[in-house]
Amino acid sequence: MSMQYISEILPSLFQGAALTLQIFFWTLVGSLPLGILVSLGLTSKIKPLKWILEIYVWLMRGTPLLLQLIFVFYGLPIIGIVFERYDAALVAFILNYAAYFAEVFRGGFQSVDQGQFEAARVLRLSYWQTLRKIIIPQVIKIVIPSIGNEVINLVKDSSLVYVIGLGDLLRAGNVATSRDVTLVPLMLVGLIYLILVGICTLILRQVEKCYAYFK
Amino acid sequence: MLEVRNLKKSFGDRQILDGVNLTVKDGEILCIVGPETPDSGEFFINGRRFDPQGTDAADRVIGVVFQDFKLFPNLSVMENITLAPMMVLKKDKQEAIADAQKLLEELGLNTKGKLYPYQLSGGQKQRVAIARALAMKPKILCYDEPTSALDPNLRKDVANIILGLKKDGMTQLIVTHDLEFAEDIADDILRVQPLDQRQNK
Repeated sequence: MSMQYISEILPSLFQGAALTLQIFFWTLVGSLPLGILVSLGLTSKIKPLKWILEIYVWLMRGTPLLLQLIFVFYGLPIIGIVFERYDAALVAFILNYAAYFAEVFRGGFQSVDQGQFEAARVLRLSYWQTLRKIIIPQVIKIVIPSIGNEVINLVKDSSLVYVIGLGDLLRAGNVATSRDVTLVPLMLVGLIYLILVGICTLILRQVEKCYAYFK
Repeated sequence: MLEVRNLKKSFGDRQILDGVNLTVKDGEILCIVGPETPDSGEFFINGRRFDPQGTDAADRVIGVVFQDFKLFPNLSVMENITLAPMMVLKKDKQEAIADAQKLLEELGLNTKGKLYPYQLSGGQKQRVAIARALAMKPKILCYDEPTSALDPNLRKDVANIILGLKKDGMTQLIVTHDLEFAEDIADDILRVQPLDQRQNK
């Protein structure tokens, strides 16, 4: 394993890692707020809305993400919805992860004392004010560990985008491995994933600390 | 003056309140003793109708101190008190903090503003709950079982707070099982009895 070989393939691996990170970042930006909204719908009293969202969650959790990616990129054009490869990946990831996050948040909302809503109502706070200032901070504190699990899964799940022809980190390693007939690139890929997940873990721990000021 | 007319409440098939009427004069303390929110009935303050759960300025008449206080754990004592005045009454932050500080001083909590609810004792939590309710400038303050979650020695302290607020002209409604406490502080006691018992007598 020569240092020269490593330094030759590292740029292409980093390029792949950049795409991995982009998908990771934008998926979180899209799916966390969407997940909160869906979880509110799942606990809503409007039955038809609740049923539709339950079917959505069932579809997203009930089929492989790989299949969903293929469906969004190759399937939707049949009904006239065409996405670029990258956009298709984001759509599939955001929809998929929002479903998982929704279930996590639903559990969080249900474990906040209903009396908090009552106390806010007698102070005449509106529903949205109550959610924003009182309920959501408490929910976030409860759900951080489970969200952290999903976030770390997402780092690695992003490798599924190879199926619609996007060049992420794992694919960059695969290309180098089959070209040069050596496992070195894949070992480096593993190392980069470990570093990324390590950084995520540290950040999550900091976030947890930020919410440690109340009990 | 608070007037309640024809108040009804039932849980499922059980009728709990059936046409209660009551009047509380300004600055008086009424204790309601006996074995919860109504289904129907009308509330009047000084002869004008209001909705106790309404959100209009005119409906903001009642403040509530809950049995288990229901402070917001993610907010400091100061934020617990200033949140509603800022968000609902649209007070600016400085003014809300100054008003809250005054309330905290009156309730002997002047140094507790920066603490979080989990750092307070039961009695302190209750006083914060009282301050939070008072910050909305209610005309009537309601307490649900103010002595039940407290150490028996603290009952006197609550009684003193309630009597102190009376001196300031606050009308107060107290729901309690604690008859002795009620007799100590109330101008008027309303005894609530189950319908079947009343009929037997």
